[in-house]
Amino acid sequence: MKIYADNAATTKMSRTAVDAMLPYMDEIYGNPSSLYTFGQRAREALEDARGRIAACLGCEARELTFTSGGSEADNQAIRSAAALGARKGKRHIVSTAFEHHAVLHTLKRLEGEGFAVTLLDVYENGLVTPEQVRAAIRPDTCLVSVMYANNEIGTVQPVSEIGAVCREAGVLFHTDAVQAAGHLPIDVGPQNIDLLSLSAHKFHGPKGIGALYARRGVALTNLIEGGAQERGRRAGTENLPAIVGMAAALEESCAHLTENAVRISALRDRLIAGLAEIPHSVLNGDPAKRLPGNVNFCFEGIEGESLLLLLDDKGICASSGSACTSGSLDPSHVLLAIGRPHEIAHGSLRLTIGEETTEEEVEYLIEAVRDVVSYLRSMSPVWRDLESGKATHII
Amino acid sequence: MALYSEKVMDHFRNPRNVGTIENADGVGEVGNAKCGDIMKIYLKIRDGVIEDVKFETFGCGSAIASSSMATELIKGKPVSEAMALTNKAVAEALDGLPAHKLHCSVLAEEAIKAALKDYYDRQGVAYDPAQFPDCAHCEGCGR
Repeated sequence: MKIYADNAATTKMSRTAVDAMLPYMDEIYGNPSSLYTFGQRAREALEDARGRIAACLGCEARELTFTSGGSEADNQAIRSAAALGARKGKRHIVSTAFEHHAVLHTLKRLEGEGFAVTLLDVYENGLVTPEQVRAAIRPDTCLVSVMYANNEIGTVQPVSEIGAVCREAGVLFHTDAVQAAGHLPIDVGPQNIDLLSLSAHKFHGPKGIGALYARRGVALTNLIEGGAQERGRRAGTENLPAIVGMAAALEESCAHLTENAVRISALRDRLIAGLAEIPHSVLNGDPAKRLPGNVNFCFEGIEGESLLLLLDDKGICASSGSACTSGSLDPSHVLLAIGRPHEIAHGSLRLTIGEETTEEEVEYLIEAVRDVVSYLRSMSPVWRDLESGKATHII
Repeated sequence: MALYSEKVMDHFRNPRNVGTIENADGVGEVGNAKCGDIMKIYLKIRDGVIEDVKFETFGCGSAIASSSMATELIKGKPVSEAMALTNKAVAEALDGLPAHKLHCSVLAEEAIKAALKDYYDRQGVAYDPAQFPDCAHCEGCGR
């Protein structure tokens, strides 16, 4: 038995996306920049894909730039807004403590280049409020970057409201929508979004391709020097098969977005209810304002990596925010940001289900996690101390 | 390539000597939950020989496997031999550990030594404190 419950890491490509890509590998393989008809057929496919992705986001085709993925899009969005700000002497950026590292590490670099960065605290429910953003904006603020949905705990931020605050203050608003695109509705106009990053492999498209939306008038700084592809905003021959695959995957995801969300949320809630029955466990992130497929728990007295290895033995693909799984000394910055102590954060488990997940799989997941947690607790000195009253339960 | 050797996975999946010992002659606990690993070793010693050893571990796969292997390496051995156990020996017996997991084998050595120190203390045996490293070298925890 194999149960894939790590859809936030990556997703299986849809048949539609694979089929859409194939002709662009060995039939229409011309370079979109070539003058002859064969190249121009590739150019047409490129622009067709751009138009279809734009339709899914509610933007114009010319406002989209293809990138190598979500990380590059995040880097470029923030670098571009910073460059625009610096020209006006504005060198302050507002973001949150639980952004993806593609955002946080870029901000760290900018700090070294003389920018000031305010990282907003996240409440225990994993949400940032528009009021926090409003209060953090200064006269020299050039950018607010708040993710649409968190990649670990799945909490969905009030993006439209934050966008409105930024628009009113005349500050650019970027949102990392890598986990949201294809799963939650996006309409950049009414949501007051100036810059948005997405990645195809999170919605059943291919890996290594993403896009950056930049509202018309927001000039992008190119990170890669070279040819004039993407109107000079991103050099390098376009990855046409992947771009076509991304368009097909996004269209398909958006066409079934509501029905998928309803079905997957119901499975998610069953999974949450089942895991919540494990004593001394806690759900991470708001129970309602979260991605349809995201479940994230902490279990007291155990460590996440051993949990993952034993679940792997039962055929389950999952992830954890423990330090041992990240290769660093500290557990997930997201779990720390919502106030989980280190020892609790080490015992975290993220299960991210998707369109293919069945009710039977959810029941199997609940049983497997319950068994493994109980087994690991039986050999844990931490658990013994908690149960004997020598130490006090935190959760 | 898998993250861990077959040996590590074997000791992780089927850990030897898990549990506690009532009225143990020596008990040692090292590590910190904040760092993500704690090992506790229980020793039963008769006539200078480690008659029985048990462990409890909170930690990752390699921490559990290192504890299991360390207990196997000292079980039935004289105390003097157990005192000579090194983290290197534990890691080698496991057919190696990934570089960032070597501290798990260090922890296993320290846990055994902490239990032996406790045994010496209880028996009133004199010893050189320098033989027993504390885990202060680990920057990860503020123990």
